[in-house]
Parts: sequence; structure tokens; C-alpha cells
Amino acid sequence: MTNAWTDIKNTDLVVVMGGNAAEAHPCGFKWVTEAKANRGAKLIVVDPRYTRTASVSDFYAPIRQGTDISFLNGVIKYCIENNKVQWEYTKAFTNASYIVKDGFSYQDGLFTGYDEEKRDYDRESWDYVIGDDGFAVVDPSLQHPRCVWNLLKEHVAIYTPEFVERVCGTPKAKFLKICEMIAECSTPTKTMTSLYALGWTQHSSGAQNIRAMAMLQLILGNIGVQGGGMNALRGHSNIQGLTDLGLMSNLIPGYLNIPTEMEENFGSYMSTRQFKPLRPGQTSYWQNYKKFFVSFQKAMWGNAAQADNDWAYDYLPKLDVPSYDVLRIFELMNEGRVNGYFCQGFNPLLAFPNRAKITSALSKLKWLVTMDPLETETSRFWENHGEYNDVDTKSIQTEVFQLPTTCFAEEAGSLANSGRWLQWHWAGGTPPGEAQHDTWIMGQIFVRLRELYRKEGGAFPDPIVNLAWDYKDPGEPTPEELAKEINGRAIEDLRDPTDVTKVLVPAGKQVLNFSQLRDDGTTLSGCWIYSGNFNENGNNMARRDNHDPGDTGAYLGWTFAWPLNRRTLYNRASCDVNGKPWDPTRKIIEWDGTKWSGFDVPDIAPNAKPQDVGPFIMNQEGVSRLFTRGLMRDGPFPAHYEPFESPVDNVINPKIRGNPVARVFQNDVSQFGTSAEFPYAATSYRLTEHFHYWTKHNRVNAALQPEFFVEISEELAAEKKIERGGWVRVWSKRGSIKAKALVTKRIRPLMCDGKAVHVVGIPLHWGFIGAAKKGWGPNSLAPFVGDANIETPESKAFLVNIEPTTPPSEVVA
Amino acid sequence: MNMELSRRGFLKAAGAGVAGTTLGAMGFGEAEAAVLAHVRPFKLTTTVETRNTCPYCSVACGIIMYSKGDLRKGEQADIVHIEGDVDHPTNRGTLCPKGAALKDFVHAPTRLKHPMMRKAGSDRFEQVSWDFALDRIARLMKHDRDANFIAKNAKGVPVNRWTTTGFLAASATTNETAYATYKVVRSTGIVAFDNQARV
Repeated sequence: MTNAWTDIKNTDLVVVMGGNAAEAHPCGFKWVTEAKANRGAKLIVVDPRYTRTASVSDFYAPIRQGTDISFLNGVIKYCIENNKVQWEYTKAFTNASYIVKDGFSYQDGLFTGYDEEKRDYDRESWDYVIGDDGFAVVDPSLQHPRCVWNLLKEHVAIYTPEFVERVCGTPKAKFLKICEMIAECSTPTKTMTSLYALGWTQHSSGAQNIRAMAMLQLILGNIGVQGGGMNALRGHSNIQGLTDLGLMSNLIPGYLNIPTEMEENFGSYMSTRQFKPLRPGQTSYWQNYKKFFVSFQKAMWGNAAQADNDWAYDYLPKLDVPSYDVLRIFELMNEGRVNGYFCQGFNPLLAFPNRAKITSALSKLKWLVTMDPLETETSRFWENHGEYNDVDTKSIQTEVFQLPTTCFAEEAGSLANSGRWLQWHWAGGTPPGEAQHDTWIMGQIFVRLRELYRKEGGAFPDPIVNLAWDYKDPGEPTPEELAKEINGRAIEDLRDPTDVTKVLVPAGKQVLNFSQLRDDGTTLSGCWIYSGNFNENGNNMARRDNHDPGDTGAYLGWTFAWPLNRRTLYNRASCDVNGKPWDPTRKIIEWDGTKWSGFDVPDIAPNAKPQDVGPFIMNQEGVSRLFTRGLMRDGPFPAHYEPFESPVDNVINPKIRGNPVARVFQNDVSQFGTSAEFPYAATSYRLTEHFHYWTKHNRVNAALQPEFFVEISEELAAEKKIERGGWVRVWSKRGSIKAKALVTKRIRPLMCDGKAVHVVGIPLHWGFIGAAKKGWGPNSLAPFVGDANIETPESKAFLVNIEPTTPPSEVVA
Repeated sequence: MNMELSRRGFLKAAGAGVAGTTLGAMGFGEAEAAVLAHVRPFKLTTTVETRNTCPYCSVACGIIMYSKGDLRKGEQADIVHIEGDVDHPTNRGTLCPKGAALKDFVHAPTRLKHPMMRKAGSDRFEQVSWDFALDRIARLMKHDRDANFIAKNAKGVPVNRWTTTGFLAASATTNETAYATYKVVRSTGIVAFDNQARV
């Protein structure tokens, strides 16, 4: 989230698309009802289903899953054509005026530079014209035909209301009504917020769904303001934290990158990370990259990371592919090229697409280690459960360890919520049996592995035996020790560069925050963006002052928000070019002639003159990007592509299947179905009574929603002679499941490109262990393909067939 | 009655169970005492409160856990009740159908209690000791890493990749667990490293 849950009360319009907050985030959604009740805010819901969020909306429109870009590009076109643009914001705070290279264009559904063989673009032309002074060339009048604004106008021209209706199945009148409501938020004193979740990410064009809305928010002037923003609701309690801390194939904590093998040494790695400003006087904060990287290396390898070994750069793994994401590793596993696998609090047998392939892959492992507080299907993937897990146990040669961990109630530490608040919690219960903290398990595995390498040597032991692990009990680092290391400390006295007699931070003391980190090896910090979380003032994540001066919803004394306790990102953009709030009634910060101050931590240097320094300090431009240069693989503007399995062809270019640069493994090509064989558009979702595959272990939740079902329209039920509550078989090219049919009015057929499209809804909470009845989930059916930029599987849009059937044999028995 | 008494103080006093003296102290007459003598003592009276956050979605509602026994004093602590934290700015005491049933997660019959091992081809888990499991896992890791570690690529560039073992981390663990996990996993050269944010 750019903003916080508590900030939603400040909005005038909530758009929920790609999410269902009322059911999946109920207590956060109360801030939407707060805004409706107290500000007269309106709520729009666009979703294939009439969800419970829709049931309290002011306006609902249906949309076919996977077509959100067409819808949003259509809204952008409407706003441009009807002059519903926050012009002062757009001109000053976006790259609308930047001139783009002549070579760049878009035609027949593809951008310049497409290589069909490689399924990739040469992105050289997707960039600005750079002038002789080394800066990007701009035309503030927006008259230049090659400026971003004019290219954007051209790009969205095809997304007419008729096009939107044809592709999305959203009736034109409903689409236009939503356009009118959104367009009202182009004034400086009306704001809209976007709430989204997995309904936008689980697509082969997921990242571009979000970009499209971000662009709309920018031209409406809604980023950085109270009640505005792009708000990813996020699915798990610490999914934000795990990402911040870089627990992904290609990341280092704080959004630094694991090197590729093309970056042979530290010099070549840093050469592409200089982040020189693209316009005069801009902050381009990533210019500090080296400070954060070196401080991280010192946290990892202490004294073994020195200037003369490039801070142990060679200890880091170097990638030969963009990432070993979960789809790639399960593909490799299924080819027999992976021997060992750890699942720490993760249930891939129910979470990853194409379950048959996941089972096959796990069966080829030599060993599997699971760590959980609860039983998981993954740890018992080898156990035969009849139709629900029909495996040949004897033939599965995988050795499995199931390790019991504590749960939330039995451990201390912090979680990052979707608003980036790092909230500390305390242990209150005794763990059952021999269950242990994850930190104990990781510590125990590490000290044993280190001991083996110390004694026996082996393949490159250095990064293991030299890992900085100077915790009081190496077998179990405490949460406080780890939190302090994440914050960072001075290794030597940190002296004031302007007066070397003055010590800013004595050796061994915690740094105040990341502004004190250095690139000369005198500081360490595990994750720079979190720095400030636990400094010499104590554990700031444990603060509990719930006062809210100005009633802004900021709660600066409550726990700690990264970065620097800032609650609204880009909040400098809440003021005009001269530093005065666009809406004085919704002031966040303000320029008083010498400095920035207000109700939040300013997202800009406190003394940066508003006329000189742009609000988007992380970007080299100092402004936000309507055109993303070559930073995304599938285009600098979002463009319409169908899901890989779609009931209709891509109307822009029928030859293009799915996202043209999404990675597809050869083994999966034959497992994509066509609409001739699988006519119905399936999607997946959560129910409010359940959380993933956890709550089916709880008696209360299992009683509230005991049994797996699929949701279909009355029209489809009539067409397929399916009875209410009757058993149906649903199958895709990859698997087949049985479920009770829930026949509702919440799903209606959509008219897309001249034909009726029926939607099949599949909730995701059932498996073969727990207190609820046995069942299946959408992952038995979903395709093994991901988003072109970040490989999130396309679990929200795929094709199935459906027919009445008999109950599963176990039910009959 | 003593109007200075807070609701919680009242409930604690009334629940203490020593009906005669306690109720007398609050000024109740005999009739009320007779009724209250039949009422079950308030269940949270002797419990210890601990602040926590809901582990499900990322709204991260504040919760208060009530236990019999105090973990901080080294006692056995049994969680007997969980409710929303009214001081929390986001949820202000409210919980959803998932959060309201959190106690059932803590005490689910399918909570794992012992390290278990399933041997190749076997149809069951067998209980093992922690030492056995951890020693065996460390040995399996070393065996695979030593056999398959890629120290240099064809050009002779150090790449330090271990691609034959992977690690999925959990987005419900704490930042501190995540950081410790990061250090261990990265030190080995594992590149197949992901968490739920991917899916």
C-alpha cells in the first residue's frame, strides 16, 4: 500500500477491482464503510462476481476476468478526451512531457523490437531522448508529437466504450457511468483510492493491470494524497515483510538485486546502478545503492567482507536466468533435476498450479523438509487419500521430514502489514509438544551444517563458515538480536564528515536510521529500508501510542512504518508545485518557506525546495512514469492481452495467445486447453470464513464453511442440467475435480465478442486433511504459466468444462 | 455499588469467586449474592494478557490473548481466549470470522507436536528426535551441495549457485525469522528461494 488502512476514511471514491476486501480483509474494509458513512464517499466494484463488497457498493459492473487493462485503458481514454485530468499534477509530477525515441512504436498488439523466437523484446527504443547535457529532453507544453502524453493518447485510442464492452463484457452504459464517477476525482479536492489484491496479480499480465490503475491515479492526481494511492491489500500477515526482506530468488533485502553472472565483479555490478538523475537537481535516492549493499554484505559476512575482496561480492550466488521462481523450480523438479526441497510454512501442493505436475515433481525429490504449526497436504503428498490424493505411495521414494513449529501465539517478533507498519507482537502461550520456533530450527540447521563444513571441508565452505552468526545462542538467535541487526549499527565510530572531531554514532551503537549507513564498511544493516525499526531509542515496532494529531489516520506513534516511519508514500505530491496542499482540508505536509513539516514524515529531504525537487525521489526523473522506459518486459504502456486460456481470441491480433513475452515451458504448451474443448471461464477466490488451507483445521471455521463447492450462474445450470446442490465434475486440460454446485445470481453470463461467456467460480480452501470435509482447490485445474515480469501464476483466469456427476466414492461410502 | 470500579475491575472482583466478602465489599445485598453464587466465575479473571496480531490477512488486526499461566514467568501458559484489541487503530477491537476463531487454530487437533519422518516408499510417518532430524537434514544438504554446487561458470566466473536444492519461505513468519532464514539460505548459494508473494 502507498497509504494505510486507516487512511481510507479520507477518500471520496473507493474502486475495488481485482479484490474483494469485504470478505478477504473484513476489518480493513470497515474503513471503506467509515468513508461512506462520514464523508459520503462512494464505492465502485468491478468484478466477475457480485461479491459481498459489491453488495454494499454504490455501483457495480461485471467484467470478464483477465481483461482489466482494456477497462482501465478505456477509463484513461475517457478522462483524457473529456479533459478530466489533474493537469497541474500531471504536468509537474509525471513524465508526460518527456520525449521518447523515434524508434518506439506499437502496432498489431506488439511494441517495437519483438522477437517471436525468444518471446522477448529488444527494449532499446523504449526510452527517452537524452540531450547533450545528459538529461532527458522534455516539452512542458506537451505539444511535441513524441512526448509521452501524446504517445499515451495514441496508445489508448482503441479502448473505446464499444471495445471495452466487446472485450470485457461490461455493458457500455455501466462502463460510462463508472468513467463519470472516476473522472470527478480529477479535481485537486477529490480523491479516489484503488484497493486490489490477487484478482489483479494472478494473471499473465498481472503487473500491467496494476500499472494501468497507477497511471490513471497519476493523471487524476491521486498518488501521495490523503485518501488516495495504490493499495495492494496483500494476502498474508507478512507477505509484505518477506518481500521487503528479499526472500525471493533474485532479491537482496531492501529491494537490492542478486547479481547475474553477466555482472562478473562488483565493478560491473555497480556500473549499472549509478542512478544518475535524468533531470537537473533531482534526488534519485538509489544513488545511495552502494551504501545499502555494502552494509548488507557486512551484516552477512562481517570481517570476511572487506574492501579488498569487494565486500565478499563473490560469496553471493550469481543468477544465469532471471529467477529460479517456483514455476521454474517445479519444472526442474519434474524433470528430475532437483534433489532436496524445504517448505517453511508453505503448502505448494494446494497453492501452485497444475497439481498433477506438482505431485509428480515432489515425487522425484530425494528429500523434502516441511516446517509448519499445522498438518499440510504437502507434507503428506505421498499418502493415498482415494480420489482426493490418488498416489502410488510405494513408488514414491522421497524421504520426508515434517518439523513442528510454533504458531503466532507462541512467538515474538514483527510483521509488516499491507500499510508497511512493522508491528511487534509477544508470545503468550506454551508451544504444544516439541514444537519449536522457526528461528531455532534455522539456527540448529545452520550450526550443524557449519560444523560439517568446518570439519570436513567441501564445496566452497567460505560463505557458510564465515557467515556472521555472533548471536548469544547460535542455536537460536532472539527476535530482538535479529531486529537490531536489521536496523544496523556502527562498526567503527561514525564521524561527522564536516567535522571529524565529532562522533555521530560510536562504534557498536545502533544507527538512527538508514541515512547514517556508509559504503566504506563502517556500518552494517540487514535491510536498509527497515532501518529505524530498532535503534538506540529502543524497539520502535513495539510503540503503542494511538493518538492521531490532526485526525489524519497517520498514527505516527503506533509501531513503526518503513521507510523512516512514513505513513503515506510520495506525500510530497499532496502539495502543489509551490508546496501548498492541493486540498487544505486534507493536509499531510506543507512547505513553510524553509522546510517541510506536517502530520507525516515528509517523503522528500526536509529542506528540498518544492520548485526544484520532484516528489518521486526514488526515480531518476524525480517524477512518476506514465511511460516506464524498458523497466517492464511486456511494454512501457499496458496493452490488452487475453489470458493464455481464454474463451475469446485477442481482438487486437488473434494470432497472439496470452502475454507474448510470458515464459512458457515446452512441457506445458500441450497442456493449454482451447475454448472449443473447455468453453467456460474459471476463476478462483477466497471465502470470508476461511484463510487459505489453515482454517479448515479449526472446528469453528470448518463448521461455518464445511464443504467444497463451485459457483455457477442459473443460466449455465439450466444449460448443463445441473441441479442446485447437485454434484458436478469440473475439469481442465490438467485435472478433474468434483464439487457441489452452488447456483447463484451472483454470477451472470457475459456477452464478449458476440458470444455468451459463462464464469465458473472456484473457492480455494479445501484439501484432504483437517476438520472440514475433504475436497479440492482451483490449483488442480489452473495453468502452469505466470506473469511476464514476476512469474505469478495465472490462477485467476483459465478454461474448464463442467457436467453433472455422481458423488466422490468416499461420500457414497 | 462503587462506581469508581471499571468494568474489567468489576468483572475481576466478581469472578474471584469468594462470594461473601467480595460482593459485600461492592455493596450488593443478599438477593444479588444468591444469584451470583450460581453464576460461573468470569473466565478471564485469573488470566494473563498478551498483545499479538492476527496471523491471517495483512490488515494485521490487534488481538489480546488470555492465558492460564504466565509464559514470561516461565510457567506453562495455556491460551484460553483471544479477542480484538480495542486500542488498535486499525481494527479497534473488531475481528472477522477468521480472527474471531483464532483460539481454534492454536488448539487445532492437527497441530504438529513432534518431528516426524517418512522413509522412502513408506506409507506412514514415524516420530523421530529433533537431533536425529536436524543432523540428517544437515547431512542431506551437505551431500547434495557438495555434489552439485556450481562454483564457476564456463567462462570461469565465480557464480556459487546451488540449484539442486530449493527453499520456500513463509509469509506468515516474522521479519526476524525471515531475516535469519535469509542469511542461512543465501550463505549456502541456494537460488531457488521464494515465498508466497510469488503466487
